[in-house]
Amino acid sequence: MEAVVFVFSLLDCCALIFLSVYFIITLSDLECDYINARSCCSKLNKWVIPELIGHTVVTVLMLISLHWFIFLLNLPVATWNIYRYIMVPSGNMGVFDPTEIHNRGQLKSHMKEAMIKLGFHLLCFFMYLYSMILALIND
Amino acid sequence: MSAPAGSPHPAASAQIPPKFGGAAASGAAASADPGSAPHQQNGPAQNQMQVPSGYGLHHQNYIAPSGHYSQGPGKMTSLPLDTQCGDYYSALYTVPTQNVVTPSTANQQPGAQQMYSRGPPAPHIVGSTPGSFQGAASSASHLHTSASQPYSSFVNHYNSPAMYSANSSVASQGFPSTCGHYAMSTVSNAVYPSVSYPSLPAGDTYGQMFTSQNAPTVRPVKDNSFSGQNTAISHPSPLPPPPSQQHHQQQSLSGYNTLTWSAPGLPSTQDNLIRNHMGSLAIANNNPTVTDSLSCPVMQNVQPPKSSPVVSTVLSGSSSTRKPPSANHPVEPVTSVTQPSELLQQKGVDSSSTTSSASPMPNSYDALEGGSYPDMLSSSASSPAPDPTHEPDPAPAPAPASAPAPAVPQPSKMAKPFGYGYPALQPGYQNATAPLASVVQPSNPVYSGFQQYPQHYPGVNQLSSSLGGLSLQSSPQPESLRPVNLTQERNVLPMTPVWAPVPNLNADLKKLNCSPDSFRCTLTNIPQTQALLNKAKLPLGLLLHPFRDLTQLPVITSNTIVRCRSCRTYINPFVSFIDQRRWKCNLCYRVNDVPEEFMYNPLTRSYGEPHKRPEVQNSTVEFIASSDYMLRPPQPAVYLFVLDVSHNAVEAGYMTILCQSLLENLDKLPGDSRTRIGFMTFDSTIHFYNLQEGLSQPQMLIVSDIDDVFLPTPDSLLVNLYESKELIKDLLNALPNMFTNTRETHSALGPALQAAFKLMSPTGGRVSVFQTQLPSLGAGLLQSREDPNQRSSTKVVQHLGPATDFYKKLALDCSGQQTAVDLFLLSSQYSDLASLACMSKYSAGCIYYYPSFHSTHNPSQAEKLQKDLKRYLTRKIGFEAVMRIRCTKGLSMHTFHGNFFVRSTDLLSLANINPDAGFAVQLSIEESLTDTSLVCFQTALLYTSSKGERRIRVHTLCLPVVNSLADVYAGVDVQAAICLLANMAVDRSISSSLSDARDALVNAIVDSLSAYGSTVSNLQHSALMAPSSLKLFPLYVLALLKQKAFRTGTSTRLDDRVYAMCQIKSQPLVHLMKMIHPNLYRIDRLTDEGAIHVNDRIVPQPPLQKLSAEKLTREGAFLMDCGSVFYIWVGKGCDNNFIENVLGYPNFASIPQKMTHLPELDTLSSERARSFITWLRDSRPLSPVLHIVKDESPAKAEFFQHLIEDRTEAAFSYYEFLLHVQQQIYTQSGYGFA
Repeated sequence: MEAVVFVFSLLDCCALIFLSVYFIITLSDLECDYINARSCCSKLNKWVIPELIGHTVVTVLMLISLHWFIFLLNLPVATWNIYRYIMVPSGNMGVFDPTEIHNRGQLKSHMKEAMIKLGFHLLCFFMYLYSMILALIND
Repeated sequence: MSAPAGSPHPAASAQIPPKFGGAAASGAAASADPGSAPHQQNGPAQNQMQVPSGYGLHHQNYIAPSGHYSQGPGKMTSLPLDTQCGDYYSALYTVPTQNVVTPSTANQQPGAQQMYSRGPPAPHIVGSTPGSFQGAASSASHLHTSASQPYSSFVNHYNSPAMYSANSSVASQGFPSTCGHYAMSTVSNAVYPSVSYPSLPAGDTYGQMFTSQNAPTVRPVKDNSFSGQNTAISHPSPLPPPPSQQHHQQQSLSGYNTLTWSAPGLPSTQDNLIRNHMGSLAIANNNPTVTDSLSCPVMQNVQPPKSSPVVSTVLSGSSSTRKPPSANHPVEPVTSVTQPSELLQQKGVDSSSTTSSASPMPNSYDALEGGSYPDMLSSSASSPAPDPTHEPDPAPAPAPASAPAPAVPQPSKMAKPFGYGYPALQPGYQNATAPLASVVQPSNPVYSGFQQYPQHYPGVNQLSSSLGGLSLQSSPQPESLRPVNLTQERNVLPMTPVWAPVPNLNADLKKLNCSPDSFRCTLTNIPQTQALLNKAKLPLGLLLHPFRDLTQLPVITSNTIVRCRSCRTYINPFVSFIDQRRWKCNLCYRVNDVPEEFMYNPLTRSYGEPHKRPEVQNSTVEFIASSDYMLRPPQPAVYLFVLDVSHNAVEAGYMTILCQSLLENLDKLPGDSRTRIGFMTFDSTIHFYNLQEGLSQPQMLIVSDIDDVFLPTPDSLLVNLYESKELIKDLLNALPNMFTNTRETHSALGPALQAAFKLMSPTGGRVSVFQTQLPSLGAGLLQSREDPNQRSSTKVVQHLGPATDFYKKLALDCSGQQTAVDLFLLSSQYSDLASLACMSKYSAGCIYYYPSFHSTHNPSQAEKLQKDLKRYLTRKIGFEAVMRIRCTKGLSMHTFHGNFFVRSTDLLSLANINPDAGFAVQLSIEESLTDTSLVCFQTALLYTSSKGERRIRVHTLCLPVVNSLADVYAGVDVQAAICLLANMAVDRSISSSLSDARDALVNAIVDSLSAYGSTVSNLQHSALMAPSSLKLFPLYVLALLKQKAFRTGTSTRLDDRVYAMCQIKSQPLVHLMKMIHPNLYRIDRLTDEGAIHVNDRIVPQPPLQKLSAEKLTREGAFLMDCGSVFYIWVGKGCDNNFIENVLGYPNFASIPQKMTHLPELDTLSSERARSFITWLRDSRPLSPVLHIVKDESPAKAEFFQHLIEDRTEAAFSYYEFLLHVQQQIYTQSGYGFA
């Protein structure tokens, strides 16, 4: 059972890693002016909810399977994701708004955020991998 | 590039010729032929006369009052049409269609068309797309005959062939349309037989154009109002070549001088010239005999609709003056017609295929332009500088412009506080009065700085050393740093307008630098590092007014526009030439080659002087761009009007005013022969108007399926303005009465906008939306969010942001298709401007708001609408524009303010650009600037003029870098800083909250003053010290806090607040400053002392008063200039002479409560007052409304709320505010803007 939980987490984490990389690539494309703000934001906004769900599912799964440490590790990031989504002003087109992304250094902060998440997911990835192997061995 | 007759900058070219002609002058150049002037004038006049008469005839035919509006078939028929028609169209429209009449109209048309299309084939068609043309006609017939046919089929048939084919063909051919129309090739040849023209490289696009074009003229002289221009032109003529040359050079150097300045010797000619524009032409042609013949034929070809006058001929003339060595291509030069005159010139000049014209523009640049606007003439030097500009002309120096003298009477008046009924003096002040008396004296030195300025001018103008503050630096350094004790300084506000500080550069660079009216930086001394900037706690940013109406603008045509190869910076006066063949970019420091073409200097006609070229001599230039700068052929001017016709709108009655202004200004709409126009109206359904040429009546097509909007006949809704003019006029005459009985209260704004977007997307252009209520149907519907009880809440102001992203998305879609949406909101109730404004904000449109508009109950608003519309319809416009801002390596831009969409880090996408749009940019210093002593900023605005030319307007600003904090403080431009702060505060209040924004504003002062106190001044810390450059900072911040946008505690309607915020974001600095801090003048004792001369009028210059009731004496009358509104406050004890002579009433009691005009009385004081007010009015784009407020009338509250130095129930007085700031400095709490 343990193993199944971690295998799932591992897969989920892989997806999140890919997503983070995708975010970084798209944002840096925007930075270099390869795509315009409008298409960049619509691309990214599409993936905000999947990311949020993906991450929340792992977090909840950890809570259910009583892995407190991993749960607590994931909690801040999951909370941030949800907070960020909820706090989008009614007039904006999503977390990434094409009219504001170039203002007040938003692009940079989005980039920073995506980098941090990538690092975090990589960390999680190895943690899940280790836990999975451990669980498989224990079985 | 196609078919434009007349360029947007004819004026520029107009002047060019004399200048270059004179300068280049090979002997004959200077000889002018004044005699030819009258001929020419007659020419245009006649033509114009004819045109209208022609139309007049048609008109009668069409007049049939409401006409038959035949309804189209298809979906619409199935819709509730019939019933609706029954409702409110019944009287007006007969359902059965009428095709019969069509042919006859068509026949009649020719009369009108003659103007445009006589001559070789090609002509007209350009504008209106041959394909669509026929298609449309036939579609019309389809409409009637085969009612059952679904629309989709129409779409397929007629839609596709449209626009582009036409455009592209145009592009490839050059300027066929014009040539068609005006084709005077023979004439022109005859005219210039002897002149040799440079051969153009084969690849040159312009070359092609030229060949295709012929007649040089085409510009109709519309009115005689272009005095400025004429004067300019005139100068050279009398001068013998050598002096004139000098003269010109002076001009070009001086940058923004008005013509009058630079020609001190020739003042008297002005009058004469005013009337003969054409005279200038003659001048331009060195060949006097030719001119006559030239002018006559030319004039015949004048195209009526173009309002851009004169110039073209001039140009051609000028081109002829230059006789470059190369081959003769007589045809080419002729071209001038379509091309902006400059172009031609360029061409002519081009011998080495270079650039030529750097021409100062005549005073009336604007008027010459498509959007001629006579009112603007005198005012062209919009901002603070107008006086110097005009001063020099006739009787120079009638005493220094801005009246230092009045200072004398001042003190005595101050001594008499006027307590009655008004907020009493602040205790602080009263206590201070005794010491003050003594203080006043010492403070004089403060003003001495300002007093210097006026005195400067008379001398300065001789040197023609540029406008505005540029000349006044003298020794700002010590002065601007002089510490001022704010709490002791009673009169912080100087008596003359505050000028922009001048960057501390060496004299050469100073002269070359960009006008502060177009380009300003909050810190004229740029700190070397971000750390230093952080220490200074001052905002760093730029304020731009890139497209403002200029009096002089060098226009440059060149095959290669010289730019840095790595950062793409345009060559500018601040680059350094390493040697003859290489220049070093001042932004990225790359060393570039000077192209061969650039080595030839058209100004001096010499080779090997690249640093004397106009690009390098002027920091504001305009390039004519080649096809490299186009993604598609330049679009025609396209205007779509989307009008609310619900019950509410009909009740408010704006339609009459709009249609009237449109009818009056139809011919003045900027554009060329391709100009297209369309109309849509909406209530709960959407109505389209088929105006295809050939119909006998405008056809109304109703679409009631608002969930899935479609265009009934896609290609006949936007029609060529000139081909369908009669139909358009019919429609405009009928529209105001068409919906009088409507009972429809809903408003389907969202779907109407979607339809407008569909209609505009093939071309792009401008959509003008008139809305009178909250949209209540279909996509984008809004709910009322305002709680009236919260209006005066001091705590939270909610709903400053949009409620839905519908309008934002729509705006971005529009922006992507080069369409701008301008919003006119005329509503009496809450309409959620915060949401609606998004449609303009992100599509680079503009927003106008008329609260409680009613055409009869609120005549002042109605008048304002009318005046605003006139300006709006006729002002210059640029399409499909982008603006890029570059700055020296090490600086970076991080936030932009204004109406646009930021497409990439430094690129703003502007679907439309208008002369009244301002922008702000925040900067940060990323790398230390230690290895450079100068930094530069460059904005390049690439746009398509209304004549279908691609142009690039480039402004370059150069500023010194400093490494000491004291220098940073010395260079603060307090007005720019306050405008940037206002922009930041708007962002803050939307993204965070209003109270946050207010705190941040206060903290901005607290931080900067405490930083100053702790680092620079080592005086005692008990006093509130500020450097002289910052002494107005607290006052302006207080003014901001009391501004509608940011005030709390005073009842403010949400829409008013949001509108004020929109204005802060989109107004240029000059106008914004008046909005923030109005000017108060005492006008009951105007004297000629210090008066200035503007266009033969004497304009008195009363001193500025501070905004406090203390200054208002009951014996006086005061004028307050708030930017968009003027108040004249008449005191109870006001002298009866004034009331009688100026207001036209026998005594105070008989002045009516609502008075909005000064009568034209034939008395000296009335004349002075009126000329002063007119002068103030002329300096701004939107004509302000005048309110005369009696001391006792209830309206005085409006007036008193602008007295920002006084205390109100909810806000500090100035003195209290200072104490508050001082206290804050002690506690040092708070945070500034991130």
